[in-house]
Amino acid sequence: MSVDLTTSLGSLELSAPTLTASGCAAAGRELAQFGDVSSLGAVVTKSIMMEPRSGRATPRMAETPSGMLNSIGLQGPGIEAFLEKDLSWLTQNNVTTIVSIAGNNVDEFGDLARILARVPGIAGLEVNISCPNVESRGQVFACNPVSAAQVIKTVRSVWHSDVPIFAKLSPDVTDIVEIAHSVVEAGVAGVSMINTLLGMVIDVDKMKPMLGGRTGGLSGPAIRPVAVRAIYQVHAALPNLPILGMGGIRTGHDALEFIAAGASAVSIGTAVFGDPSAPWRIATELGQELQARGYDSLREVIGLAHRN
Amino acid sequence: MSAQQLNCTIRSMTPVGGYLHMIVESPDIAKVQPGHFAALAVGGPSGATLLRRAFSIHKSTTGESLEFIFAPHGPGTQWLATQRAGDVIDIIAPLGKPFILPKQPISCVLVAGGYGAAPMELLAIELRARNCRVDVVLGAATQEKLFGVLDLKAVSDSLIVTTDDGTSGVRGRVTDVLAEVITKNNSQAVYACGPMPMLAAVAKMSQANGAFSQCAVEESMACGIGVCMTCVLPIIGDDGVTRMARSCVDGPVFRGDRVRWDDVDTIPSDVFGAPQPGGH
Repeated sequence: MSVDLTTSLGSLELSAPTLTASGCAAAGRELAQFGDVSSLGAVVTKSIMMEPRSGRATPRMAETPSGMLNSIGLQGPGIEAFLEKDLSWLTQNNVTTIVSIAGNNVDEFGDLARILARVPGIAGLEVNISCPNVESRGQVFACNPVSAAQVIKTVRSVWHSDVPIFAKLSPDVTDIVEIAHSVVEAGVAGVSMINTLLGMVIDVDKMKPMLGGRTGGLSGPAIRPVAVRAIYQVHAALPNLPILGMGGIRTGHDALEFIAAGASAVSIGTAVFGDPSAPWRIATELGQELQARGYDSLREVIGLAHRN
Repeated sequence: MSAQQLNCTIRSMTPVGGYLHMIVESPDIAKVQPGHFAALAVGGPSGATLLRRAFSIHKSTTGESLEFIFAPHGPGTQWLATQRAGDVIDIIAPLGKPFILPKQPISCVLVAGGYGAAPMELLAIELRARNCRVDVVLGAATQEKLFGVLDLKAVSDSLIVTTDDGTSGVRGRVTDVLAEVITKNNSQAVYACGPMPMLAAVAKMSQANGAFSQCAVEESMACGIGVCMTCVLPIIGDDGVTRMARSCVDGPVFRGDRVRWDDVDTIPSDVFGAPQPGGH
């Protein structure tokens, strides 16, 4: 008997447990040559902003042990071109789509939500309050419970729809549970965690930071234990809060750790750069891992590590 | 054209000068055109090097094999150098936009630095099949770093070698001899592959001498398939607007006059979506 891998994130039913992670699969189209994108749990789009954005200067990437730093800086086409080209492709191809949004300020998040609230074909909204690649690190909303809640309240106030809102949380905080509490009170249906950790690599020949943006977000298996810990803590504090888990998942075994820690589904990010078929492969492997341990469904394992 | 991700068995790994020549079996890969590249997984499925390494495809026999030239200079390529015949490599190919071939039998110059010469033999053969004249300029820091001299000599009308240290051919850089080659052969097209400073100099010199250039750029990539936005550089579009284009899917071959060479590694203030005063 095959294992039931269907799951849900609040009201959002998912036919498969693996999603793409924001910023690691563009808007899904490039992955279509490696698999059926509509068979993924969902595509979480690269964070979209109001205006077209060039991103940061290169070098934008530095490989690190079992990880990488990036300072892309949210390069993107802006919401108008996104709706016209990217979202239309996703909709036409029956892809379950979670749109990730990012704003320079609270109002921009509201403006984006106002536009997207009128657009059909969106399964979820991920509010990226935690991108480290903004000009001013002081504006990482997810590092402060008050500003995090402010963004979510603003989005919530214009979001006249049952489509669930998720807040993407940063691990670069003293107490991630406090941030989770504040976004739940502000009205999210669930949380996505974790975003990258801020890091730096120095080129000792040039004696300067290697990345054009100086600092960058660390991702990949190097951060996986941080992600598992963060999810475990938030699930312990808020056991009914749906969690979309991500942070260095490379195999089905890794994904199972996240589910056991309390995630209801997982996003595959950096692993896609090394293996574009990873989101499908990991779903298959997760089924095998569950079966090998005698489980009938993914749902029965969510948060199981808390009971032992 | 669609790229495929395949497990390819290594047929041979042979040292060639300062480089390694790897041949892999690739039964199901689409026809390769000169300038196409491949993205290779390195380090094994649980290794610490997560990102693919991009290599231009040296040669290819459709339905049979792919060939690559690489230098073991970092952890990924050093791992690759330890692989032997019979080992299996995860390869995505063919990727990118290849060199555009002329419809008319024009006079062409192929310019390459170091292992940038890898795709040039395939290109020379294709150009000659179109009755083009093919002159070649190969450069490297030193003799050991030259690649493809004899093979390219066999498929070209003339070949000049330059080395920075004078250990082979003319002492100096490819651009020290390029203008003369263009003038002498009335070259209309210049095809180039090599390090970015060389490409910048070749593109400018081609333009100054009335030749159209195509350059295969070398930008650091994480994925090779267009999703990571790492390998961008400022490219002037048909509409005159500069965008941060991805060298993996919009390139790696760009018209030399469309790359803003002096602005690579920067965000020009007039680029599409550039930061506005008071904005990000």
